[in-house]
Amino acid sequence: MEKTITARTGNEAMAEAMRQINPDVCAAYPITPATEIMQIFAGFVNDGRVKTNLITVESEHSAMSACVGSAAAGARTMTATSSQGLALMHEILFIASGIRLPIVMADVNRALSAPINIHCDHSDTMAERDSGWIQIFSENTQEAYDSMLQANRIAEHKDVITPVMVTTDGFIISHGMERLEMYPDAEVQKFVGEYKPQYTVLDVDHPITVGSLVLTDYYLEYKKAQHEAMKAAKRVILEVGKEFGKTFGREYGLIETYKADDADFILVAMGSTAGTAKAAIEELRQEGIKAGLLKIRVFRPFPAEEIAAVLTKAKAVAVLDRCESMSNQAGPVATEVKAGLYDAGVKVPLASYIYGLGGREIYIEDIKNVYRELKNIAEGKLKPEQAKYIGLKE
Amino acid sequence: MSSPKQAAAVENKLTGGHRACAGCGFPIAIKEVLSSCKDPIVVVSATGCLEVTTTIYPYSAWKVPFLHNAFENAGATCSGVEGAYQSLKKQGKITKNIKFVAFGGDGGTYDIGLQSLSGAMERGHDMLYVCNNNEAYMNTGVQRSSATPRGANTTTSPAGKVINGKQQNPKDLTEIMAAHNIPYVAQTTVGMWPDATKKFEKAFSITGAKFVNIYAPCIPGWGYDNSQTIKISKLVVDTCMWPIYEVENGKYKINYKPSVKLPITEFYKTQTRFKALLKDEAAIASIQAYYDAKWARLQLMEEATNKA
Ligand SMILES: Cc1ncc(C[n+]2csc(CCOP(=O)(O)OP(=O)(O)O)c2C)c(N)n1
Ligand code: SF4
Ligand SMILES: [Mg+2]
Repeated sequence: MEKTITARTGNEAMAEAMRQINPDVCAAYPITPATEIMQIFAGFVNDGRVKTNLITVESEHSAMSACVGSAAAGARTMTATSSQGLALMHEILFIASGIRLPIVMADVNRALSAPINIHCDHSDTMAERDSGWIQIFSENTQEAYDSMLQANRIAEHKDVITPVMVTTDGFIISHGMERLEMYPDAEVQKFVGEYKPQYTVLDVDHPITVGSLVLTDYYLEYKKAQHEAMKAAKRVILEVGKEFGKTFGREYGLIETYKADDADFILVAMGSTAGTAKAAIEELRQEGIKAGLLKIRVFRPFPAEEIAAVLTKAKAVAVLDRCESMSNQAGPVATEVKAGLYDAGVKVPLASYIYGLGGREIYIEDIKNVYRELKNIAEGKLKPEQAKYIGLKE
Repeated sequence: MSSPKQAAAVENKLTGGHRACAGCGFPIAIKEVLSSCKDPIVVVSATGCLEVTTTIYPYSAWKVPFLHNAFENAGATCSGVEGAYQSLKKQGKITKNIKFVAFGGDGGTYDIGLQSLSGAMERGHDMLYVCNNNEAYMNTGVQRSSATPRGANTTTSPAGKVINGKQQNPKDLTEIMAAHNIPYVAQTTVGMWPDATKKFEKAFSITGAKFVNIYAPCIPGWGYDNSQTIKISKLVVDTCMWPIYEVENGKYKINYKPSVKLPITEFYKTQTRFKALLKDEAAIASIQAYYDAKWARLQLMEEATNKA
């Protein structure tokens, strides 16, 4: 297969992926730093490079509402948003997943107001972690592009039929120019395949009622069915990731490890910071510190067993959260990692950190310090702290 | 369908056995809409009495495709369905001609769903939006909406010792929709079947965004005997509080001008929600003046927009 090596920002890569997927409908509303995705895509629409009907709605609430209408009508449907936009969609995100519509969305991670801020953190995506959407994080532009190309296959799989959001870190990935290997349109389209919905409201010969009032007698069963779909999603994500590897040469799983096999100290991170951590690990290994990384690619469904299996061998673990959940305990990632370890019966010293809120930079040196703290914790010189802030001004 | 008799002869696309109150206005509105559409139709609905009473799982009263999303987004949801249809039709994946209608209550349309409706109309989707106006949030127990008439007793604008019912006149949504310059905007009432169905038939024959505001009385919310729905929904027209008119490509047409214009109190007397208001003569006089001015203005609009 002839791959094209290009230089692209995360937003450009997302828009290119959408062009190749060529959805039937997109409904979207602008918000920094995601705006570009739809701007670029609008160009594809108006130049006739895609068949998509682009519905330029008057809010993100309407964007997700129109996506629900479109997906219920059996059209392959996509959108993109960020931060306040995702928060405005909140109510309808649960409806999209609840009535089982395989919508695919690019979300560019950005801090939530207040105070208003346009830069990266994961608070927008994390606020929707219970919305019933599959959530896939990206370390870089290539991963964002690759995950976007897998998203429809996952969402539309008959055992899943659940919406998917693929996220990139605002500005860091969305606006950072990186090397991107693109695959030929025809190969992508072959991989993504044709969408054949089981039921649609446009099938006027077989009328269905969608969005019924489900009361005490069936609501629980309805939710259990969704729960089972989320379980199945784990298997399907792995299958699709494997097939993607066979087709395009890069395989994807739920998590990725970097030098974790023999590591004494493992750091858990998501998104672009995983890349920074890899650089820190290289330097620490030179110093003789056996540092390793566990990157969570898929946050929903949460790969608890897989994470516990990796962390069980560590002497100490640090979990980095680019989000505050104001629980006074830890950020959302650390909380879930700890729950997973408990269920697996793994008792390992664990420190949790909050970093990078509102786009605050995180440097290699910051991450090296975390590993040094882990070393001290393992040696009994330091007690593990929870929700410790990194990079705070004195 | 010009008469209820004719409509009854064809297949009922909204079956009986739904849970709306006996004598409720909106099932009539639905029948007027569905019997006026010759093509297959897809129905979108906002949350409210209409949706809640017709779709209690595992049952459905609908024999046409039906989609409920949320309370405030019937406009956007329907624009998504229609958008999908346009895309799939262009690709040759669908060959049938299908029509789209979105229903919203006055709460879901005048208030919380106004933005969503405005957006859908501005974008010109080929759809009809029908506001089922029963002048309050009935599904949640008769709270005031911006469609509730001044002086009406609701659970959030009660007839109290100091404040007597709702203090504001209703928002004129039909005029707001006319200001969108869409091809067809109309106001009708469930009790005037020929007028309503003629309007829906016309709406379905026009390509683009259409809006019809239909007056649909609510028995417990308004306080009257359930045999009086049709009578009350006609009486309001004779007071000129709810004129029956249409705006087609900017041209106003008043479809019914009462030979004797009744005072608003004739309408108020039929419902308990106005009981306390009826004792307040000053308020009545001021409200009467308000509706008189609105009626005069509407006639001027008809005159002005029909000048050659
Ligand atoms: C976002 C949101 N807010 C509030 C509600 C509660 N709610 C459901 S229906 C309704 C009132 C419906 O009133 P209207 O639109 O006039 O319809 P009706 O029941 O009167 O026909 C309200 C307040 C909701 N479902 N969603
Ligand atoms: S409460 Fe009113 S609107 Fe609701 S079903 Fe009964 S009569 Fe109809
Ligand atoms: Mg109402």
